[in-house]
Amino acid sequence: MNGDLRDLYQEIILDHNRKPRNFEKPAGANREAEGYNPLCGDHYTIWLELDGETVRAFGFEGSGCAISKASASVMGTLIKGKTPAEAQQMYETFRDVVMGKVKPDLEALGKLAAFAGVSEFPARVKCAILPWHAMHTALEGKETAVSTE
Amino acid sequence: MNTATVPRDRVAGYSVTGIREDFPILRTRVREHPLVYLDNAATTQKPQAVIDRIVHYYSAENSNVHRGVHLLSELATAGYEGAREKIRAFVNARDAREIVFTRGTTEGINLVAHSFVAPRLEEGDEVLITGIEHHSNIVPWQMLCDAKRAKLRVAPINDRGEVILEEFEKLLTDRTKIAAIVHVSNALGTVNPVSTMIELAHRRGVRVLVDGAQAIPHMGVDVRSLDADFYVFSGHKVFGPTGIGVLYAKSDLLEEMPPWQGGGDMILSVSFEKSTYNEIPYRFEAGTPNIAGAIGLGAAIDYISAIGIDRIHAWEDELLRYATESLSAIPNLRIIGTAAEKASVISFVLEGIHPHDIGTIVDQQGVAIRTGHHCAQPVMRRFGVPATARASLALYNTREDVDALVAALGKVNEVFG
Repeated sequence: MNGDLRDLYQEIILDHNRKPRNFEKPAGANREAEGYNPLCGDHYTIWLELDGETVRAFGFEGSGCAISKASASVMGTLIKGKTPAEAQQMYETFRDVVMGKVKPDLEALGKLAAFAGVSEFPARVKCAILPWHAMHTALEGKETAVSTE
Repeated sequence: MNTATVPRDRVAGYSVTGIREDFPILRTRVREHPLVYLDNAATTQKPQAVIDRIVHYYSAENSNVHRGVHLLSELATAGYEGAREKIRAFVNARDAREIVFTRGTTEGINLVAHSFVAPRLEEGDEVLITGIEHHSNIVPWQMLCDAKRAKLRVAPINDRGEVILEEFEKLLTDRTKIAAIVHVSNALGTVNPVSTMIELAHRRGVRVLVDGAQAIPHMGVDVRSLDADFYVFSGHKVFGPTGIGVLYAKSDLLEEMPPWQGGGDMILSVSFEKSTYNEIPYRFEAGTPNIAGAIGLGAAIDYISAIGIDRIHAWEDELLRYATESLSAIPNLRIIGTAAEKASVISFVLEGIHPHDIGTIVDQQGVAIRTGHHCAQPVMRRFGVPATARASLALYNTREDVDALVAALGKVNEVFG
């Protein structure tokens, strides 16, 4: 793999694409949102269980490219146990990183750093953001399908 | 498929090396690789002759057409009308008045929907299309049917991606006001037997529009031998500029059709009480047209005519066989669309790998293909895939281009292995 491709398809992304975590609807889900990109067909449903203070559980189902699927899977592992405000903050940080707006502080980003390479591939930015966008919608309690187109 | 016995340059006098030299963009490098352009169904590259002709027009002839007695206006008019005549000859229309310049295929279809079909369409009437149409040959009809409470009928396709002719024939009824059918599918490459379909439709007294956007660059089209009532295509898919296209229509039909946009150039006289519309084809060309685009398209027609459209067809046919064979050898690759008659296009999926990931990785090797639904979502649904990767060939492509795609797909499998 040449350098640029390794930046995009990092091992953690390939791993989460192969074995997506929380790839099912949580029993106690009380928020739901759809993320759909009609141009490429990426289509996910994401669920949250909010217990009043934190995101107690997360789950998703659907299909799409490796970037979008891994993004949803990694997102789930990061927001579980966080408060909605913290999850919201992560969404904003993630968005800025993949859009190349900020120079990423790789250490502070933790697993999110794996997505820093996406900013070099403008056509793929929307893939990475799609599940986060859906999560954001679910947090706000809207239940309509969101699109990054 | 017997490519092993086919000599590499079996098309006599076809110099692909020389042809490639005519296209400056093919000399560019993409991400440190030579450009391998296999997205010709989306748009084609432009030969130097077309680029030069447009530069010459703007440098030496630029003026408005059909008005003014000065020399430049005469030159612009001669160039614009000369292009119309070149297109007439290229599709073998009877009369240059049967060639209407449009913005492209989409506008041509909308024009026919608005000016020919709408006045004839009543509640309960039907518009017939096929299951492999591009969105541009679905949506205008849907809009029209909604407005008129008419029904859109769709002739189904089989598992190879071919229209089932018996079903098409059954759907031609007394209520059918137009059949709008694609000549070559942009998503699958299927070549529809349009001549037969037109004959079937005419037997029922149904007029036919053919979407020729993907046929014109690849095969000889003779609108009179097809007996097409309407034939539409885009300039940019046939090595001409964007923003110019052609509607061919039989002159007796055009004569019956009201204008579709009002403005200058489409009238003979105007008063505040009444305007008299111009003759065909000008009645359908309101406003200052895309003069440079038409002239550039004329140059593109000259270019392919000099090579010979039949020779181009033969070259691409052999290349398509080679590409089909090469891609089929990749174990996890499945070709979507396996019609007996195909042109230019190979749509495929790699098991377990999303087409967008394929597109990104082959792009890193300098290979440009299209990934997505190809503006043909019903086709994707029919084959149960959200999207495909699509390689589409043109006259300048070579076996080396196909080999580069195969190697790049090897890289995709390596990343996801």
